[in-house]
Amino acid sequence: MSEVIVVTSGKGGVGKTTTVANIGTGLAMLGKKVVVVDADIGLRNLDVVLGLENRIVYDVVDVVEKVCRLKQGLIRDKKYDGLYLLPAAQTRDKTAISPKQMQELTTNLRELFDYIIIDCPAGIEQGFQNAIAGADNAIVVTTPEVSAVRDADRIIGLLEAKGLHNPRLIINRIRHDMVKRGDMMNIDDMIDILAIDLLGVIPDDESIVVSTNKGEPVVTNKDAMAGMAYMNITRRITGEEVPLLSLEVDEGVFTKIRKILFGK
Amino acid sequence: MDLFKLFSKKDNKSKNVAKERLKLVLIHDRTNVSPKFLEMIKGDIIKVISDYMEIDKDGLDIKITRTKSNTDNTPIPALIANIPILKMKDKTVE
Repeated sequence: MSEVIVVTSGKGGVGKTTTVANIGTGLAMLGKKVVVVDADIGLRNLDVVLGLENRIVYDVVDVVEKVCRLKQGLIRDKKYDGLYLLPAAQTRDKTAISPKQMQELTTNLRELFDYIIIDCPAGIEQGFQNAIAGADNAIVVTTPEVSAVRDADRIIGLLEAKGLHNPRLIINRIRHDMVKRGDMMNIDDMIDILAIDLLGVIPDDESIVVSTNKGEPVVTNKDAMAGMAYMNITRRITGEEVPLLSLEVDEGVFTKIRKILFGK
Repeated sequence: MDLFKLFSKKDNKSKNVAKERLKLVLIHDRTNVSPKFLEMIKGDIIKVISDYMEIDKDGLDIKITRTKSNTDNTPIPALIANIPILKMKDKTVE
């Protein structure tokens, strides 16, 4: 049984592509067969985050238009056997693929992979409609900023309208120090506002930039906080119950004491 | 007193400001209620109420907010109107 997961957000720049790269790599590290599909046609990104930019011959539009066979379009990861990339086309735009074609593509990919992770373009236009067309489940990525949360709420509404119920949330770039002094919304605040299930929290971590620079997803770095957080998310996707990292939990000791003493 | 401060939630923290602003903006996003639409409701409420009492039209405040549903705890939008009454009209006293 394979699963098609679309990773989406309302606002751009919240970390969708990084999330897709890390979840994909994480699943491959767990021995799964996985393909990450870049559905952001015209703006190719996932290849550089994975460090596979110099291997691209064909892309997702070539596959859909049958310029090449599906297997020719798939780029194998340099490190993990089970991981493949289907890159976005750069010379085309979002109208190059239709939702029906996307559905057909995911149907074909299901035969080859356990997990198909789709990197959705930001926003609510046709690119979004295409990316979600063949998906079973959705992951919404947001950062703890008002603009990102507002757009995430809009996306959650649209996903539900399209039949993708119960999308799960990843809160990216949480800064523990800012949460602690009350200058950033905490996990509970965000869950309260968006009212969806939490899949995980990624701390704002310099190692993300370093790993993206190198084209090696941070999930492969076991010493990095963000790497551990992504591995936890990956495990949750496979159905394992993994508690939030203690450093991800933003509750200070005083909040805990207050909760015990005053019950709120 | 300082110890007490540690336990009390401060409302002026920027995350609380963010949360309150978001709550309000999302209620409006979700219900698709424009300020113009609210003004229309306000006008109609004034018309109806004015038959029965004198109200402070400028002080009337109407907004969409969020409340918990009675049956379960799911948040639902609610229309809240705060209408300052100046005096009752004879009509209501019978």
